[in-house]
Amino acid sequence: MNYEPSTLAIVVFLLFVAVTLGLSFYLGSRAKSSQGYFAAHGQIPWFVNGIAFAGDYLSAASFLGICGMIAFYGYDGFLYSIGYLAGWIVALFVIAEPMKRLGKFTFADALDARFGSRGIKLAAGISTLAVSIFYLIPQMVGAGVLIQPLLGFPHWVGVLLVGATVILIVVTAGMVSTTYVQFLKGSLLVVFSLVLTCMILARGFQVQPGGVDGHVFQTLGPFPAAELESSLRDSGRFTGWEPLGATSTSPARYLRTFEAAGDSIVWRFDSGGDDGQQVVLRETQTITVAADGTTSVNGRPPTTGPVEAQLHPVGFVSQLPQGASATGAVGPLGFLSTLQQSEVVLWSSEKVTEADGGVTTVYYPRPTPGSQVLRPGEHPTFRGIRTGGALDKLNFLSLMLALFCGTASLPHILIRYYTVKDEAAARRSTIVGIASIGFFYILTLYIGLGAMTSGALDVTNNNMAAPLLAKSISQWLFAIISAVAFTTVLGTVSGLILASSGAVAHDLMTHALRMDLSGHDQVRVAKIASVVVGAIAIVLGILFKELNVSYLVGWAFSVAASANLPSLVMLLFWKGVTRQGVIAAVVVGMVSSLGWILLSSETFTAVYGLPASSALVPFSQPGIVTIPLGFATLIVVSLLTARRAK
Amino acid sequence: MRERNARLGRWLFLIYLALYGGFVLLNAFSPQTMEWIPLGGINLAVVYGFGLIVAAFVLAMLYGVLCRNDSDDQQLEERP
Repeated sequence: MNYEPSTLAIVVFLLFVAVTLGLSFYLGSRAKSSQGYFAAHGQIPWFVNGIAFAGDYLSAASFLGICGMIAFYGYDGFLYSIGYLAGWIVALFVIAEPMKRLGKFTFADALDARFGSRGIKLAAGISTLAVSIFYLIPQMVGAGVLIQPLLGFPHWVGVLLVGATVILIVVTAGMVSTTYVQFLKGSLLVVFSLVLTCMILARGFQVQPGGVDGHVFQTLGPFPAAELESSLRDSGRFTGWEPLGATSTSPARYLRTFEAAGDSIVWRFDSGGDDGQQVVLRETQTITVAADGTTSVNGRPPTTGPVEAQLHPVGFVSQLPQGASATGAVGPLGFLSTLQQSEVVLWSSEKVTEADGGVTTVYYPRPTPGSQVLRPGEHPTFRGIRTGGALDKLNFLSLMLALFCGTASLPHILIRYYTVKDEAAARRSTIVGIASIGFFYILTLYIGLGAMTSGALDVTNNNMAAPLLAKSISQWLFAIISAVAFTTVLGTVSGLILASSGAVAHDLMTHALRMDLSGHDQVRVAKIASVVVGAIAIVLGILFKELNVSYLVGWAFSVAASANLPSLVMLLFWKGVTRQGVIAAVVVGMVSSLGWILLSSETFTAVYGLPASSALVPFSQPGIVTIPLGFATLIVVSLLTARRAK
Repeated sequence: MRERNARLGRWLFLIYLALYGGFVLLNAFSPQTMEWIPLGGINLAVVYGFGLIVAAFVLAMLYGVLCRNDSDDQQLEERP
């Protein structure tokens, strides 16, 4: 029921996309020179550029990924918000003005301002490409996720649609139109997130037994453990039962019951009762793929349509403070303090093997106190900070460091410093960016927690939390939020593709390979590059479908920070930097961080399908190793080569 | 002027770095502290998190105001 496309949603959505494209073509027709194509003639007003920063930056990952992570795991998603925003401080106080002063079109220009070296242009151009493509993956995954419930297409069609649209925008347009699209999208995103937040606060909390489709999730018990079987028998409801999920090392965690009408339910054993020593059975949801390949959902053969859509929506409050059944409207602080004292039912999943060799994915409820929802360390990635393993703590520090350092190293953010007039305008637009982005990130906490208690979550896909929350409030809001989120993807993707095509045409072809291209030819090469990069992004977006988009963005930040930041910062603060030092730092930072990610346990399980224990690096996030490595490389190589030059 | 802006930027950066570093280290090494409820029924994790976002905004505004005077002077000087 989650995925029935509505006519209203489609109309609003198409209207948005049409306006965006129209605006893009109109403005694009006015910029013909290469200066205009890559840097909008440096004539964008600072306020527009500032909101466009927000438009570029608040990608599908910010909106869908963070809200989804908060909706499923609570506070942990908000850690990303905090890290992303903190990165802007580096951009404003350290990078913004020198970037504007040193460069012309691309980030490589700024790195190379002192040296005039082909090697630097080559290395920086390649790193721009690598980071942009890495950052494109989550945007494409996000696009597929959005299209699915909105228009009813499968994931890959969504990815293809976005890819094609964006290539069209970039090829016909350039930086002027991209900037105005970003401005439009940035404003809409912040405004409608505010509207959504106000509606969440006006709705408040209600205690519910299930999600918005009215299905009531049952619990049986508590029984004393020894009386479980006799209690089931005495109830007269079940014709039989069997344990599920037992392994050689652990007892069964689930019980499948059968009823006379042919229904079967899988229950999860939980401890309960006044002393916590008794057994409670909680109703779960299941998708079973039997050994012969047939699928069943919650014990029944699936009807037509996506399998995921036949699961019941979830996410509800099971207890409010003082036993209330509903709070009515709450204030922004009351919202958080009420949740702190409530109990929310979160959902986790687990794959278990059936006796016949088939596999059942069980989605099971976890009643969780609000005080746990609002503390760090519930998400699997962050759980380590609570259990105390040193490597887990390092992994967390590494991620937070990458988020802090990554923003100021993202090529599509850096090129935005060339669209304004001077250093003062660069500074002012960054401040506008920080204000709008910071405000939005505060809203993400409310939207995420609102989705957590909306009764509309899809247990199989946490990236959909925000649009489904909007749907639980009104169809109009759903249509608008989906359209805004989709333009968000369009905007960020076009910014990224523009940054990569600029790197190819300007850094690689013109400077590194010394091709003699006129401004017109450069623009043509850039457009061809856009099509190629776009195609690569489409393929990767389909391959990486399973990963939370926020997590993927964390990686893009790690690569950007490791490859670009050491050179950028050291050039500003140390006179001893040499050409070779910059090249070595960019290459080492890029290769080491990419290599680390490809060898990490997360990639092993999610991409290669191998067990996590066979991963070759001790933790997943590379930043804490590879960022210092980049700095060290730069200093050592600079010292070595400087001495030789004497 | 440029040097003064850069110096100001560095100081504000260090202030924020200390705030952010404190937050990250507290999360990593003493997560239970984050459950402490300092005011109005809201725990430290949320208060500190919101605080960091507000602090970023305040520092950015401060920088904008202090730098703007400089660049205005510069513009006056540059005028013929």
